Amino acid sequence: MASCSDKELEIKSAVLRLALLKYIKNANAGHTGGDLSCIDILNVLYNDVLNVSPENFNDPGRDRYIQSKGHAVEALYVVLASKGFFPESDLETIGRYRSHYVGHPTRHVNGIEFNTGALGHGLSISAGIALAGKMDNMNYRVFTLLGDGELAEGSNWEAAMFASHKRLDNLVAILDHNTLQITGRTAEVCNPCPIDEKFRAFGWVVTHVDGHDIKDLRSVLRSVPFVTGKPTLIIADTIKGKGVSFMENVVKWHHGVPDDGQYKAAVRELELRIKELDDKTA
Amino acid sequence: MPQGNVNMEITDKLTTGRPNLEVYSETLSAMAAENSDLLVVTSDSRGSGKLVPFAQKYPEQIVETGIAEQNLVGISAGLASCGKTVFATSPACFLATRSLEQIKNDVAYSDYPVNLVGISAGVSYGALGSTHHSIHDIAALRAVNNIIIVAPADNHETLMAVRAAAASNKPFYLRFGKKPMPDLYDEGAGFDIGKATVLTDGDDIAFIAFGEAVAPAYEAAQLLYREGVGARVISMHTLKPLDNEAVIRAALECKAVITVEEHSIFGGLGEASAAVLMEEGVAVPFRRVGIPDEYTVTGSQSDIFRHYGITAGGLYESALRILKSQLKD
Repeated sequence: MASCSDKELEIKSAVLRLALLKYIKNANAGHTGGDLSCIDILNVLYNDVLNVSPENFNDPGRDRYIQSKGHAVEALYVVLASKGFFPESDLETIGRYRSHYVGHPTRHVNGIEFNTGALGHGLSISAGIALAGKMDNMNYRVFTLLGDGELAEGSNWEAAMFASHKRLDNLVAILDHNTLQITGRTAEVCNPCPIDEKFRAFGWVVTHVDGHDIKDLRSVLRSVPFVTGKPTLIIADTIKGKGVSFMENVVKWHHGVPDDGQYKAAVRELELRIKELDDKTA
Repeated sequence: MPQGNVNMEITDKLTTGRPNLEVYSETLSAMAAENSDLLVVTSDSRGSGKLVPFAQKYPEQIVETGIAEQNLVGISAGLASCGKTVFATSPACFLATRSLEQIKNDVAYSDYPVNLVGISAGVSYGALGSTHHSIHDIAALRAVNNIIIVAPADNHETLMAVRAAAASNKPFYLRFGKKPMPDLYDEGAGFDIGKATVLTDGDDIAFIAFGEAVAPAYEAAQLLYREGVGARVISMHTLKPLDNEAVIRAALECKAVITVEEHSIFGGLGEASAAVLMEEGVAVPFRRVGIPDEYTVTGSQSDIFRHYGITAGGLYESALRILKSQLKD
């Protein structure tokens, strides 16, 4: 898959969007807006960056991905299914009685490293894994996905301080900077900005990327770490609900589930997007 | 069931051992010599944890997080997920409740075998006051699934519990006080996680205790023995899983049961034991000795123990009182 073209990955993103909407609709629950804002990041990570697969998932040298913003689990589920960690049909059981497919990641699901979803945990866990890698002279990298609303959790800043103190350049935090949270605009709830200056002050290297531009994401995510001895923060500017026009930048889609008409409209829009991309490729 | 020094002369004065924390630190050093994956993680707590000698001997095997207990537990979980044998060591008052969500999710729910070590537990910090007391840790952690909770009473239990935790692939919470503890076991005695130890046998009164509250119960048993009252002293070192059978046998074979704990009487050993007996349908005169629903009086650990009756004399009186009230009935 490492040889995929940008266009192929763009098509894949649209296919993954269709899949996650399908399973959210089926479960009648899910964090739709955040799933759609981070799906391009996950697509590029798993198909172009991470050295992790069902075959090497128990290999101590594998790259690690810790999804700190665990609520966007449907995005992670469809990506893991597409990579063959489990049959996609398992996702029909999301949220059902006794299903392993819970509304936040758990290790009962193949491919998931930690049970996350309580915010402010992933960066500390990732720092621990990165430190173990340094101690053991392993070359793996640790990627974690944070939400911008999540930055209000103080434990992130404990971990940020520790990671630079320990010179964990094998640690990469990606911020899904969609600027919305359940109550409204993150800047109005409790403004975390300027995020870049804060992390730089904590000793991190910070860069920005368009979180929906496959080419940009590939280029940035493949070139970390940028500075030896420093952890990296990639601020991915994203749009909550991206890819379904009526969901984009609308707070209620944080965990909104489309009704039948909305679902059909979303599917139509994404199928059209795939067709356009196909046509361009042809 | 493992036995303590049941056969020792009950009137013997207990010999004073060392603080359990010193034994903890020494045991870690001994294990670190054979296991380079053994790590101690501290939150500016190596001094209180008696870990300075360990840090000097194995500087590559101690990880300092600074004063950041939530981060300490998350980092420890990350390290454990990579195969490290981790002893996350921090004052019990901060570790068990400030980091409770990390313990619940990153360690217990994610099922990584971090050994969480709560130091200076209970009211060990004495006059530093209630901010520094951990009389809620057992209550908080008993409600978390997938964690083994052990509070050693003496040096022997400490050594055995630390080794058992290191060898286990399950999350542990180990709870230590600060002061030198008397030796309650004969040399070479056994010790099993989850199996209480009967330190003295008797069938008039049973004291069920854990941690630093076991020694006063043992001394109370000596005083009672002189009065012709047989006291069974049970070290319930493992709070979870609780040795239900030891509790039930004590209630069936003794005339009354007193639980003794350096912990709130809410959510601790007393309530746990009472629940076991209720569900088993065993009715016995029963009393909980521990910290009532209040912020503790000011004073040293000994002062606080005396105030709440966690002393040889206090427990002696509690035992006689409960036995007399039973006779009246």
